[in-house]
Amino acid sequence: MSEQDYLKDLSEIKNLMTKSSRFISLSGWAGIMAGVYAVIGGIVAYYIVTNSAREYLILDGYIFKLIMLDLFLIAFLSILTAVFITTRRAKKDGVEIWDDTTKRLLINFLIPLITGGIYIIIILGQQKYGQTGALMLIFYGLALVSAAKYSIGHIRYLGFIEIILGLICAIIPGYGFWLWMLGFGAMHIIYGAIMLIAEKKK
Amino acid sequence: MGIIENINKVFDHRIRLGIMSILMVNEDADFNRLKELLDVTDGNLASHLKSLEKEKYIHVEKQFIGRKPNTRYSTTPLGKAEFKKHIEALEKLLRK
Repeated sequence: MSEQDYLKDLSEIKNLMTKSSRFISLSGWAGIMAGVYAVIGGIVAYYIVTNSAREYLILDGYIFKLIMLDLFLIAFLSILTAVFITTRRAKKDGVEIWDDTTKRLLINFLIPLITGGIYIIIILGQQKYGQTGALMLIFYGLALVSAAKYSIGHIRYLGFIEIILGLICAIIPGYGFWLWMLGFGAMHIIYGAIMLIAEKKK
Repeated sequence: MGIIENINKVFDHRIRLGIMSILMVNEDADFNRLKELLDVTDGNLASHLKSLEKEKYIHVEKQFIGRKPNTRYSTTPLGKAEFKKHIEALEKLLRK
């Protein structure tokens, strides 16, 4: 075998390792849109709370339900957009979307996320509202870090940032709303934009 | 070419090299997944898997999903070590 062949071997190894273990088709647009939904949803929540009869953040039954619906819509629209963009792109690239890598990515993403979600619902049921923003950021960050192993890009760093924001939020819960907007809104938009630029460069 | 003992003859083939590459970074993979990634025919893939199995580089596990037979492959510690040695040898060779 010649040197050229060995070189080809090495690049083939690298290529197969990446292709077989990493989920490639996530687009920057999914991140940007998730950030936009979070910002809109955040503004709506801010509006709902400040316009409620009492001007402080103790949530009665009605307001509480509206906020929950708002959060649900943000999550639902983000997921729907990500799934839509990803399947369309995978079809264009001619790659299989529902393979072992996708499954592993989803499982590793969902375990911390669902744990966090259930935990938050439990403590909300005990009237402990103060740490909700912090917990959402922390568990979401952990979910990203845990999924990062199965994806290309820098989801791990986005995860670290969300965790740090969550911890800051735990110290100063009074700024919870703004940190939430920063973590779920601004960070997603910035991250999505970085991904888009990287995609364009290729 | 010089005496480089660590270049492993078993890996001197595109498909066997490919199988090992995939299994190094995945816990395991089934037959169809390997076939899809490597873009080879059933018979071709099966014969290369057999030879890797014979060297005890990969572990084969047959099971049933519903009624369909499903064979999963994973690397053995020996296979992992040999593959690493092989890659290091390739890199050394190219660095010269």
